[in-house]
Amino acid sequence: MVAVIALWCVAALAIVAASATILGRLAVGTPIIYAGSLVASLVALAAALAHLLDPHAAVATLTLPIGVPWLGTHFRIDPLSAFFLIVTNLGGAAASLYALGYGRHEAAPLRVLPYFPAYLAGMNLVVLADDAFTFLVAWEFMSLASWALVLADHRAPENARAAFIYLVMASFGTLCLLLAFGLLAGPEGGYVFATIRDSHPQPVIASLVLLLVLVGAGSKAGLVPLHVWLPLAHPAAPSHVSALMSGVMTKVAVYGFIRIIFDLVGELAWWHSLIVLALAGLTTVLGVLYALMQHDLKRLLAYHTVENIGIIYIGLGLALAFKANGIDWAAALALTAGLFHVLNHSIFKSLLFFGAGAVLTATHERDMERLGGLIHTMPKTAFAFLIGCIAISALPPLNGFVSEWLTFQAILVSPQLPQWGLKLMVPSVGALLALSAALAAACFVKAFGVTFLGRSRSHAAQTAKEVDRFSLSAMFILATLCLLAGVLPGVVIDILAPVTQSLVGSVVPKHAGPPWFSIVPIAESRSSYNGMIILLFLVISGWLTALFIHRFATRATRRSAIWDCGYPDPSTATQYSSSSFAMPIRRVFGTTVFDVHERIDMPRPGEMRAGNFQLKVFDPAWRMVYGPLTRLVDTAANRLNALQFLTIRSYLTLTFSALIVLLIVVAAWS
Amino acid sequence: MTSISFDVAHLLAGSMLVLSFLLLYQDRITATLNVFALQAIMLSLAVAWQALIQEAPHLMVTALIALTVKGFVIPAALHRIVRRLGIHREIEQVIGGGPTMLTGLGLVALSILLVMPVGQGVSLLTREDLAFALAVILLGLLMMITRRNAVTQIIGFMSLENGLVLAASGAKGMPLVVEFSVAFSILIAFIVFGVFVFRIRERFDTVDVSALDRFRGERSDHS
Repeated sequence: MVAVIALWCVAALAIVAASATILGRLAVGTPIIYAGSLVASLVALAAALAHLLDPHAAVATLTLPIGVPWLGTHFRIDPLSAFFLIVTNLGGAAASLYALGYGRHEAAPLRVLPYFPAYLAGMNLVVLADDAFTFLVAWEFMSLASWALVLADHRAPENARAAFIYLVMASFGTLCLLLAFGLLAGPEGGYVFATIRDSHPQPVIASLVLLLVLVGAGSKAGLVPLHVWLPLAHPAAPSHVSALMSGVMTKVAVYGFIRIIFDLVGELAWWHSLIVLALAGLTTVLGVLYALMQHDLKRLLAYHTVENIGIIYIGLGLALAFKANGIDWAAALALTAGLFHVLNHSIFKSLLFFGAGAVLTATHERDMERLGGLIHTMPKTAFAFLIGCIAISALPPLNGFVSEWLTFQAILVSPQLPQWGLKLMVPSVGALLALSAALAAACFVKAFGVTFLGRSRSHAAQTAKEVDRFSLSAMFILATLCLLAGVLPGVVIDILAPVTQSLVGSVVPKHAGPPWFSIVPIAESRSSYNGMIILLFLVISGWLTALFIHRFATRATRRSAIWDCGYPDPSTATQYSSSSFAMPIRRVFGTTVFDVHERIDMPRPGEMRAGNFQLKVFDPAWRMVYGPLTRLVDTAANRLNALQFLTIRSYLTLTFSALIVLLIVVAAWS
Repeated sequence: MTSISFDVAHLLAGSMLVLSFLLLYQDRITATLNVFALQAIMLSLAVAWQALIQEAPHLMVTALIALTVKGFVIPAALHRIVRRLGIHREIEQVIGGGPTMLTGLGLVALSILLVMPVGQGVSLLTREDLAFALAVILLGLLMMITRRNAVTQIIGFMSLENGLVLAASGAKGMPLVVEFSVAFSILIAFIVFGVFVFRIRERFDTVDVSALDRFRGERSDHS
């Protein structure tokens, strides 16, 4: 039933996409298209939520007689896909609502309108697919639709480059997934997921599949060093699409990883989790460090997605480790932490991208060095953005804290793991996670402080206007969800119970009911967290403090100049800037983690010219991974170039030798 | 009856293979043409024999086509071309006669190795026929790449096609329409080849294909 509803929603989105090619030419088309997307997403969201909340909901499958003739098209809805349907459609609905306002400023609506619903439909199909063929087609459809959206503003040369890199990475990822499914399907070609689930692959095959999926899904999700397209492509798209790409599509990639590794492959050795954990730890710290170095607001957010993907993968890697050792309850805890963070990140990353989009609409500026003081001109946006910043920095009582806290709880169980490799690896990953949490807070102090606080650095920022109602309501709905998920985490954890039950065969203990709103993932004696108490404490203590101050402090208002460090300079350039805020961290990690090129041109005493400071930060993944790769491809292409200029007889000989070699292989095989 | 029919089929197909070897090292053009005509005649006999033992009269048509077109028309036309080109007395240097023959032997062994295990289900006759046919095809390919003269390359191609027809006739129940289309495509290919040979000759005063490579400015394999 739910699968049917979800498929109808996908069909509706497809129809909306098709009609957008015509309606997009009209002025009234934009709201109609986004309203259509909104309704379809909401219906699918409600259906998926009902499925996950219903304790008697059965796994439903559906086969359509279209697609590959002997295979058909299989769809299935189980707790995992229902949960990711919620994530996808929550993001989709929020982005549609936001776009009702934001989309009006689109320069070329026809370059966005048809692809937006198609993109939503593609993501829904990936989550619903139940055979390898449907999965890959939907996956590629999703990639291509988002590629078209990245190219929405195709005149900027950096967008064209971003789209090209994205296309290359996406194709490469799909190729890896294709090979993984080929290995899983085996020589009989059982491409239906049910068949793959029943066949238990050899350990060698399972290892290969893990590596291929790590690369294939990881390149879409943004695991280091496959993350390079993310900070290029996500900012290039319109902001509501950036929110979808960063908040939702990376989660669909995580879904692909979970579906294949936890569900289809099943049994894995303990050392497999070492690979996942090492990559995840690296991704977490590098992602946030690179994010700190950015001064483009949207690029900062995109880099920060890399960090959050790392946190999610830490949860998944821990779940793999515990599952391989048969500690099911800990696996359930780690998986719950990862999935909780999936939901959280999709909410607050969408919120932050909406905020960045609002700033972009109001000021036409993405560079933080030219923003500032927006809290005076856009107070509502600033408030919503602040909520998102607190949530993503993992501060209580918001939701980001809960999922990271759960991840730490799972990390603290690691002494129970028997293998020394894991005993050493998990705490070090925990240390990386702690470091990245602190750096993330620094990163968002910078993002919020430089953008919204201080004095305006440009005329555009000074004259900015608050954005429209639709954009604001989308942001505030997401901010409310951040608070709700943080204060009532037990509800989310209970929603996740069927998912962990189906994947690792255990659940985190039920939480609904007394003691009030507190979550106890392992045992009362070990640890518990109560978001409600913290919220109440914050509210009451804040109120009491305010009362106290207003009661006892002087009520006389004094107006004076802001403290200026003794240099009364009217220029706004003397404020803390984005790069000066990041300077200490840049100095610490500069030589090891970044390719930092600083050039300081100081006038000598007596010289009258202005000083000059130039800073260039490069992502070393380009130098260390992609540079050699590009050179290798170039060299190979140059070598193979000789093949274009052979004689006819040489070509015939080549063909002939190839034929003979293949025949010999066939003869030796049989 | 079965043993005799098998033996005769074997003999005819085997003689085609022997003629393929003859083609491989024959260095006089006119002689090569004659051997090719002989092979085509052998092919028509083999197909006719298949028609007899399979009791498939339409194979007779195939045999007839093979006999007239490949046994007489094409060799005669090639003779005319060769004479008009004035290369009928030319002796073509076959590249590495000894090694080529050894390679040919290896190819025959390979095709037997390939077909024997594959055809477990089918009759012995079809299997042997397939092995011979595959060998003839591979030898035809080998001839195409060891020759320099455009005319002898054409003969290599035609001999390859002989192998194809032999293989097809061994398989029971090949529809006539397929044979017709194959026969016609061969004729068309022959016409195209003929035109090209004259064009090459017109431009380069030779039908040695390495002249084409020199013309393209690439390294030739003469040296």
